Amino acid sequence: MLAGVPLTLQLAFSSIALGLGMAIALALIVRAGLRPLSWLAESYVFVFRGTPLLVQIFLVYYGLGQFRPELQEIGLWWFFRSPYYCALLALTLNTAAYGAEIVRGGLQSVPAGQIEAARAFGMSGLTLYRRIVAPIALRQALPAYGNEIILMIKATSLVSTITLMEVTGLAHKLISETFRSFEVFFAAGTIYLLMNFVVTRLIDLAERWIAPDLKRENRVAMVPLDTR
Amino acid sequence: MQPKPFLELMQWGPQGWLDEMVFATVLTLLVAVTGFLFGLVFGMVAAVAKLSESRLSRHIADGYTTVLRGVPDLLVIYLFYFGGSAVVTAIGRMFGAEGFIGLPGFLVGTLAIGIVSGAYQTEVIRGAFLAIPPGEIDAARAFGMSGTALLRRIVGPQVMRYGLPGMGNIWQLVLKESALVAVVGLSVHLSEIRLGDLVVFYETRFSDLLRQAHVAAGSTRQPFVFYITAVTLYLALTTASTWCFRRAEAWATRGMRRV
Repeated sequence: MLAGVPLTLQLAFSSIALGLGMAIALALIVRAGLRPLSWLAESYVFVFRGTPLLVQIFLVYYGLGQFRPELQEIGLWWFFRSPYYCALLALTLNTAAYGAEIVRGGLQSVPAGQIEAARAFGMSGLTLYRRIVAPIALRQALPAYGNEIILMIKATSLVSTITLMEVTGLAHKLISETFRSFEVFFAAGTIYLLMNFVVTRLIDLAERWIAPDLKRENRVAMVPLDTR
Repeated sequence: MQPKPFLELMQWGPQGWLDEMVFATVLTLLVAVTGFLFGLVFGMVAAVAKLSESRLSRHIADGYTTVLRGVPDLLVIYLFYFGGSAVVTAIGRMFGAEGFIGLPGFLVGTLAIGIVSGAYQTEVIRGAFLAIPPGEIDAARAFGMSGTALLRRIVGPQVMRYGLPGMGNIWQLVLKESALVAVVGLSVHLSEIRLGDLVVFYETRFSDLLRQAHVAAGSTRQPFVFYITAVTLYLALTTASTWCFRRAEAWATRGMRRV
């Protein structure tokens, strides 16, 4: 089952990296409030947060197969034929929607006074974002984003339903071959718990590194509440 | 073969799939409600254990919430489905039964969802209990209330009020999680319903929304149409429940002072 760990981590981290980029773009679009665009971004977030990830994976992998001739014509069939790319696409689109909300919350937490003060110093545009808004927003958003990373690691288990052999896929295969469901469950469960433990520790370190002045007890304890 | 137009596919009755999709939505809702209620039971027990004086029960409850929140839900469903069947088969062997005994998908699926959501509900219930000002409990004790009266009059209503937003989140989670039972397969056969003299006959097999979409997609070769329909129906469920919980919250906090 350990053989599935690289695939699990690879899927989780590439979708998180791609999704984070999308999430920031979405949050900035919503914040900018350009009417048709921000409306689109908001409905995107609404749809992807309001439906199960498994349905999204099936829609991309099986659903888009309906358009095989069209996809072949525009030369994209190789992408939608592969379960790996479909899984990656679905996971990315999904985490982008949840991430957009986290980034939006982070941006909202930047006190207006800080922005006014920066403006009074003559900062504007990119400088303002780089020096003032981004660092404050990052500190606020990091704990919630840590939860999102853990949720994504767990969410990758769903790609086993479209034939990808990551940890859960291998566990399922082992269970149906050996019928030793308890042993397999505890082994696979331990692997996930270990991965999540390491990620939690890394996030803790990152938090302390970017916000050494914030006392831990002053922050609201976050319980991961969303799953897919 | 020319694909059928959307409206022809989505007819009510034996020619179309609309009735199947609607029943599947109802079953999904049923799975979610049952799973949520199982979760409420697990959550209450574990919350009481976490708040108790006994160190052993605190540790057990901590272990439960840590493991179940750290392991993918699909893995838990596999454990329940295969493990549960293995246990039942072993018991069956003792009484002389032969072969593999499968468990009803509905029970297994809802129990698995219940035990996972229970881990999340534990934290909500515990948080809601801790949000009650300790002075109120002291005051109630001073009035001579104890045990059930205290729980019924003071603690219960306030836990419900403080816990409602968190429970709303978990309900959304359970609703989405119910899609996972499609993987192990869950169907309820309903051959006939008797209503007095009236016999309504159905040859339909109920499946949950995702599985129904999967089946319909396979037999019509129009997967996109059915998965998009499933997405729309899930969205309708989650939107409707957001609205319901907002109403419930407004009702539960009607007597509270807004600061």
